[in-house]
Amino acid sequence: MFGWEFPPHIAGGLGTASYGLTKGLAKHGVKVMFVMPKAGGDEDQSVVKIINASDVEMMSEYSNLDEYWQNVNFMEIGSNLVPYLDPVTFERTVKETIKTGEYSEHIVFRNKFQFSGKYGTNLMEEVARYAMVAGTIAAQQDFDIIHAHDWLTYSAGIVAKKVSGKPLVIHVHATEFDRSGENINQQVYDIERRGMEAADRVITVSNLTRNIVINRYGINPDKVVTVHNAVDFQTRGDLEIDRGVKEKVVTFLGRITFQKGPEYFIEAANKVLKRYPNVRFVMAGSGDLFNRSVRRVAQLKIATKFHFTGFLRGDDVQKMFLYSDVYVMPSVSEPFGISPLEAMRAGVPTIISKQSGVAEVLKHSIKVNYWDIDALADAIYGLLAYPALGKVAGEKGLDEVNQLKWENAALKVEDVYKDVLGM
Amino acid sequence: MKKTLCFYFQIHQPVRLRRYRFFDIGKRHDYFDEYVNRSTIRRIAERCYLPMNNLILDLIKRYGTNFKVSFSISGSALEQFALHAPEVIESFQKLATTGSVEFLAETYAHSLASLSDTDEFERQVRRHTAKMKELFGQKPVTLRNSSLIYSDQIGERVAAMGFESMLTDGARHVLGWKSPNFVYTNVMNPRLKLLLKNSRLSDDLTLRFSDHSWHEWPLTADKYARWLKDSTQNSEIVNLFMNYETFGENQLAETGIFEFMRSLPEYIFSMTDFEFLTPSEAVKKHQPVAPLHVPYPISWADEEKDITGWLGNELQNEAFEELFKIQPKVEALNDPGLNEDYSRLQASDHFYYMRTKLFSDNDYHHYVSPYETPYEAFINYMNVLSDFVVRVEDMEKMRNIADDKITEEEKSPGKKKRVSRVKSAESTAKTTKKISTKEKR
Repeated sequence: MFGWEFPPHIAGGLGTASYGLTKGLAKHGVKVMFVMPKAGGDEDQSVVKIINASDVEMMSEYSNLDEYWQNVNFMEIGSNLVPYLDPVTFERTVKETIKTGEYSEHIVFRNKFQFSGKYGTNLMEEVARYAMVAGTIAAQQDFDIIHAHDWLTYSAGIVAKKVSGKPLVIHVHATEFDRSGENINQQVYDIERRGMEAADRVITVSNLTRNIVINRYGINPDKVVTVHNAVDFQTRGDLEIDRGVKEKVVTFLGRITFQKGPEYFIEAANKVLKRYPNVRFVMAGSGDLFNRSVRRVAQLKIATKFHFTGFLRGDDVQKMFLYSDVYVMPSVSEPFGISPLEAMRAGVPTIISKQSGVAEVLKHSIKVNYWDIDALADAIYGLLAYPALGKVAGEKGLDEVNQLKWENAALKVEDVYKDVLGM
Repeated sequence: MKKTLCFYFQIHQPVRLRRYRFFDIGKRHDYFDEYVNRSTIRRIAERCYLPMNNLILDLIKRYGTNFKVSFSISGSALEQFALHAPEVIESFQKLATTGSVEFLAETYAHSLASLSDTDEFERQVRRHTAKMKELFGQKPVTLRNSSLIYSDQIGERVAAMGFESMLTDGARHVLGWKSPNFVYTNVMNPRLKLLLKNSRLSDDLTLRFSDHSWHEWPLTADKYARWLKDSTQNSEIVNLFMNYETFGENQLAETGIFEFMRSLPEYIFSMTDFEFLTPSEAVKKHQPVAPLHVPYPISWADEEKDITGWLGNELQNEAFEELFKIQPKVEALNDPGLNEDYSRLQASDHFYYMRTKLFSDNDYHHYVSPYETPYEAFINYMNVLSDFVVRVEDMEKMRNIADDKITEEEKSPGKKKRVSRVKSAESTAKTTKKISTKEKR
């Protein structure tokens, strides 16, 4: 299994989902070897064997393979078009092009490479190198199936498949369309499409994503399967909290970016506050729309009732859920969206946008179109003003979320494996 | 008649807020960063207040009442001196006894209250006046609003409080062709005299003194005295208004600012026909030449000389509105704890940290905002203010409940009333006992 992150070193939901899935698979007796660019050494290895790509020495013979190149050099070619290419790589690329008129392969790939495992400026280069390392690992290790999570590792999956001849399953947690709207990064899109085309099966986290994969990437529907995410209950801490504020609290928790729809939350908050003063709104997180959101809140003159916490980590996230009476996820586009499940686990009633994958699996959550501020305000008001509604939604939601187990999701993944292996 | 040179120094230190998070709302009511406040006060006291006070004291000893200056010290600065550097207060008290120093009135908190329509401005000024009397034995007759903020309306309010004169900026967009080097009056009430800051000569010291790229650098006392003489042929008064922190903090001791000030009076006396006066003396000596129209508030800040540094964007406007919206409640409750925090939250600095406009000039406030962005400044301030509002409302409810009880008891004569009376009698007895034992000790 190729992944970019694994708890505890995570930036978002991808690592959490990878971990949950491997644990679920372990329960069904599937052994997982998890390759990540940079392991911290403190990952939970009870159910999974972690391979740190930074420790793997490249085998030089592979770097001479033509076939090898065909799979990865498109990224090298493209790399001088990447806005965040570092000067060294750029110089190397340019020099070699001038000298030989083509790309040569006596490359720096030969030695160990220290991956940052982050999402930094050298991301494209890291993705390419990760793919090279994947070839080495594929040749050295013994396995039956390759499973790659998200576009960062698709190239690695392709290389591993070429080297080993084993079937490839790619797992789409998000697409470029979710991250960037219509203004997609063509290079990322190409990598995604190449991965989906090369894969024997494509797993999507929701039907919403499945449709994107089929319609926007032109993938044969027969090989695209939806496996909804689940939540892991093992990590639930018994945090008790005494709330400082007497008012009810409505929470938005997530990156403050276009994808998450923060502006709809603010506008709805403004509407609710006009009718129901006994409430506070909290926007927890950070992102490129942060400053704009603060300004909008000031403009609407609701700043004594609308609070920002900045990026929350660790226990503070749990604390925030325990503080909340209503949780809102107004995402414009959300392949799945695990955070409402976490809120429900804390017994908090939720409102989610219909444009989220998680809306496909949840019954006891209020669903609205993200752009429909009136409906959103209405739903928030209802949960606040009619305690019975909030109580029922909270309790039923907790029951419901308890049913969403990674074990069940893993069972479906296992079926996919069996299918491609012809078992 | 001799021309007048009027030195006025502003001293203000806000009580800086700590990082106050959403989770603290309703739980913690300690808003202020003791460590930062203390270390800042100590640093500036040692670099500026103490050495500069000594220098002025030396000058007064040498020239007697020929050398005069004036100060306005905000209440929040004085409070923090009392806590962290009491020797600063002592040294100002020494200056007060010389008879060469005038202390001006201002808002206790260095507040923007003059821009709100609440009577917080008057409250603040009264509180500050009382403090001046208590510490320095002077009842101020001249008022200086925060950062010289002034408008016709503010002037009218100040006159109504009985002040004789007020300081403000000689903003070019207000003066037009007129010179700042005369005494003017308020439009609505001509009894209020106005003294206007001479920006060029003041900023030569505050902004440019140590600027090596300035073609006049280095500035010496005799050169400055010559400028004063040459540039003010048809003038009556030159007002040099500046932050006291100019000496030793904004212009470090190494720049020679102290030596400059030490030798300046000598050159003024020998080269020019200026005499040093305090504001209240100056307005007695000079006849006002005209009323000054200031329909929109001006200040001494930035290139624009207006109030957009504090109230120039939505963040600042929202914070300001919310702050003064609860003023009537705070005043009605008149609780010492609330009054104290409310005063501290008014400091104009909190609003200045939220400014988003670009620093067009060499900002002479030399503001180092404790926040990375104006947005963080806003969020932190609003979190604190939200908690404060909660406290105000809670206390209001408690008082109302208490009031209801009293009226109920009064309405229903009988056992209840008697019991409560007995109880209250007991409790008063107890408190008097406590007091008496304390007195004995």
